Amino acid sequence: MNDEVEDLEIRLLLEALYGRYHYDFRGYAPASIKRRLRQVREKLGFPSFSAMLEGLLHDTTVLPHVLSYLTVQVSEMFRDPSYFRAIREKVIPHLRTYPSLKVWVAGCSTGEEVHSLAILFREEGLEQRTMFYATDISQDALKAASSGIYGLDRIKLFTQNHQRSGGKSSLSDYYVAAYGKASFDKTLRERVVFSDHSLVTDAVFGEMHLISCRNVLIYFDRTLQDRTLKLFGDSLVRRGFLGLGAKESLRFSNQAGSFLDFDNEERIYQKRET
Amino acid sequence: MKRSAMKAVVIGGSAGALQTLSLILRDLPASYGLPIFITVHLPPERGSVLAEVLQSKCQIRVREAQDKEPISVGTAYIAPPDYHLLVEKGGTLALSSDEPVFYSRPAIDVLFESAADAYGSSVVGIVLSGASIDGARGLKSIENAGGVTIVEDPGTAYASTMPAAALDVCTEAETCSPDQLAAYLKSLRA
Repeated sequence: MNDEVEDLEIRLLLEALYGRYHYDFRGYAPASIKRRLRQVREKLGFPSFSAMLEGLLHDTTVLPHVLSYLTVQVSEMFRDPSYFRAIREKVIPHLRTYPSLKVWVAGCSTGEEVHSLAILFREEGLEQRTMFYATDISQDALKAASSGIYGLDRIKLFTQNHQRSGGKSSLSDYYVAAYGKASFDKTLRERVVFSDHSLVTDAVFGEMHLISCRNVLIYFDRTLQDRTLKLFGDSLVRRGFLGLGAKESLRFSNQAGSFLDFDNEERIYQKRET
Repeated sequence: MKRSAMKAVVIGGSAGALQTLSLILRDLPASYGLPIFITVHLPPERGSVLAEVLQSKCQIRVREAQDKEPISVGTAYIAPPDYHLLVEKGGTLALSSDEPVFYSRPAIDVLFESAADAYGSSVVGIVLSGASIDGARGLKSIENAGGVTIVEDPGTAYASTMPAAALDVCTEAETCSPDQLAAYLKSLRA
């Protein structure tokens, strides 16, 4: 396979996804997007990316497969317990000083993180004054997130993570197990707005006190990362908090100056005063 | 095996790979002309100290890879626990949280395939001891790109599954002892 031809094919494919369906992956980190596109090409049995491009343009049944490979992320409840412990012990005391709160989980995928935060805020007595916004570009992910149903086989890990995060209740208080699934209490989602929002093409999203966006930015190239971080800065109240994934940082971004390190180890940042 | 005009080295391993890894890295000079990317399967709590452990034995810089970090020569970058490590054509590192490959994240296949894309025939891929079949597919993509492929001798490796699986699919791969590997890496020129 001629490598340059393949790169060109991928560029055309991403242009087609945008031009035909308005999904913009053109600013995604190239190595990962290529890997995912190869996976979907193999699964759908296209001999080349050009053939897949033709399928994508003329056969609308191809799109959902491509999107599911390009968007779906599997996370865990309370993934990286030390992050949630830092939110609980260091960020919550600041958030208590506000009469009402807005929390944005950007790139919420199938909802593990927003459920985690809803439980944490309930344990800390802040849930009733908080609105949660959980956004993603994938309708399938949003649907899964708003159902709050997870495989029972994952609950052991979720429970362990919750305990390690300093959980003050038992995770089993929040779900009912049946038929191999754990169905999380719908009251956890009463204050959650699930909505379609693209970090690539959409705009500022209200005055947030906390934005949690974990393991999303690693999929973006530098330019798109910078755009997204600016969007976060513009969407936060003064001294609002931004939490990133364990291996993401502002270090290589041109937006680093808009934030202060709040908890360097846990990648929690605070918007500067000015 | 080709020694000149190489641009990068990628190394993958699992059970029993650490000893070989420190043996082949420890004699490389601080001025080493290539970057080295390493994915080793380890439980998360051990993985996170791997860079420090290796650094204490090496003259080259050893550090845990960060997302979007520009690549420097004379540096060994270690995949962090629970993330895949990839290299980009533009000369930066990338991490991903994609699903595990053969139950492993980081996965060797992910690193090697990205290195084959980024460096083509100018990359050296090395598969060390391990009890999984991760790495075989990645090494094959390096072979297909015309790069150099080397496998630790399964006869003497601590766990032979990984090197044997790589040799099964990579017909042109060379089999080396740890000492031969160390000597070859030292002789590489950019």
